[in-house]
Amino acid sequence: MSEHISDPIPQASVRPAKPLYLERRRLEERVFLALMRLCLLGAAAALGMILAVIFWRGVGALSVEMLTQPPRGNFYLGGGGGIANAIAGSILLASGATAAAFCWAAPLVLYLHAYARRSRFAAWVRLTLDVLWGIPSIVYGAFGFSLMILLGLRASLLAGVLTLSLVVLPILARTLDEVLRMAPHQLLETGFALGATRAEMAGLLLRQALPGLFTALLLAFGRGVGDAASVLFTAGYTDNMPGGIFSPVASLPLAVFFQLNAPFPAVQERAYASALVLTVMILVISLTAHLSLRRLGKHVVR
Amino acid sequence: MTREESLTLLTQAGAVQSGVTMQRRRLFDVAVGAGMRMLQWLVILLLLMMTATLSMRSLPILRQLELLRSHVWQPMAGRFGLAPFIAGSMAVTAVAMALATIPAILCGVYMAEYTSTRTRAWLKPLLDLLVGVPSVVYGLWGVLFVVPLIRDRIGPAVDATLGQMLPFFRQTNPSGYGVLAAGVVLALMTFPLIVAVTEEVMRSAPQQMRETLLALGATRWETTKCIVRHAALPGVMAAVVLGFSRAFGETLAVMMVVGNAPRAPTSIFDAAYPLPALIANNYSEMMSVPLYDSALMMAALFLLVVVLCFNVMARLVIHRLTRQL
Repeated sequence: MSEHISDPIPQASVRPAKPLYLERRRLEERVFLALMRLCLLGAAAALGMILAVIFWRGVGALSVEMLTQPPRGNFYLGGGGGIANAIAGSILLASGATAAAFCWAAPLVLYLHAYARRSRFAAWVRLTLDVLWGIPSIVYGAFGFSLMILLGLRASLLAGVLTLSLVVLPILARTLDEVLRMAPHQLLETGFALGATRAEMAGLLLRQALPGLFTALLLAFGRGVGDAASVLFTAGYTDNMPGGIFSPVASLPLAVFFQLNAPFPAVQERAYASALVLTVMILVISLTAHLSLRRLGKHVVR
Repeated sequence: MTREESLTLLTQAGAVQSGVTMQRRRLFDVAVGAGMRMLQWLVILLLLMMTATLSMRSLPILRQLELLRSHVWQPMAGRFGLAPFIAGSMAVTAVAMALATIPAILCGVYMAEYTSTRTRAWLKPLLDLLVGVPSVVYGLWGVLFVVPLIRDRIGPAVDATLGQMLPFFRQTNPSGYGVLAAGVVLALMTFPLIVAVTEEVMRSAPQQMRETLLALGATRWETTKCIVRHAALPGVMAAVVLGFSRAFGETLAVMMVVGNAPRAPTSIFDAAYPLPALIANNYSEMMSVPLYDSALMMAALFLLVVVLCFNVMARLVIHRLTRQL
């Protein structure tokens, strides 16, 4: 027995069997960190460059007339007028589409959180929404166009709003979903424990999601303003101010596109200015969305 | 509002009417539930309906498949070969992915593994802004900046060096509008998507793995490599696939810089004509020629099917990894 105890205890060797190559590994770490920062910096620089180019070229042709008047007769030959028709059309299209999509997306998401919870069905709906998000807007446009032909509709504000609402729907629904996922689960548990029905909990969840809801609506609106491929077929294009839900409307991205295709430099200058208007709109919208998420958050139960 | 206040709301008259019997509340609950469930099915139905409508509209040309198989696009002569457009789409997307993939994955890794919450609060809005910029603005940037750059600088330089050896890099088109310009614009447009998905997938990797590796003395980069290799690789690939399908369907920005010539491109400076541009450019005249609209809807259907397959695969992988399914 005693000689066993007196035996030296086998120890793991403190010295590593192989050298650690510490210098080389730190160098690798530093090289890749630098590379990653460089990529990020490149992306930021590209964004800055886009904004700079658009501002630089756009400011020159910008005028009050441009913002407040629809195009006159010889607009595409370099005559007078502006893009008020496109600005009004874009705002109408995007707000209509956002409202329509909200009427669908809000109950959808509330159902996922108050009723379906973690069921397989909810998972499949989320998957479908994600897949719908990935479908290009030109396909939505072609789909909307086919439906229009089936229903006998012409290119109009109504058709544009409906098609655009399909584009915006997955964006709105998934953003709302993420917002509601932040809600503390004790809230639901306590509610159910107090005897609330699922429908009543849906109402409470809606109130809980209010600030996030505003952000989601703004983001969807921004996407609606910027999207062109889906309204190309369905909303058409016109030089008049929007005149009712059954007449075609202009939109800002298409205004940029058509003006850029005109062969006259003066009209092309105007395309730059229109793009500047569009960019500023998007910047303001996303800035408001980010700020509002912080500001409106004070009424939320955390 | 404190938690106590909001919960008392439930027991107050506004939230749960005291006069209403339990039975009526239950009835309301079930009725609302049934109505909302209908909307869920409608979402799934929407996807099926899109496929069905587009298939139905492209049926006339599917019946005469030999029209699609020809390699030329002459709608007036009744020849609707989609091959050059598919080749154009593939070329543009491939160039975009070649430019965007590696930087985007590195950025996503950086966002997931190296940033503090504070840095992230600055970086995230920046990437969101990159998503939010409308495609027509990207296109205009392409026309004003990328195209002249390729025409005056990159084109001649690449032609003089690589172009002498490989026909793939020869400058065949002095205008600058072409596959490379579209690829550059698309690379920037798909970049934030790949970054966001990569980051999400990396974040869902188990925290213990990270802690164990760091405790064993691995550097941060080695930890990252290990996590990517053992936990996040399918997700990162899914991110790339998603980026690919986004680039495949992008319309307006590509249309503005790609040159729109219906031939299969043989060099990265060649003009091409991707599918979405084909649909967008010809919708106005498609009702005048027989089968023309059907051919365009066929193009849309092709786009939808490709994007759908890629998206379903990628999203399934991502949902598995982030434990949503």
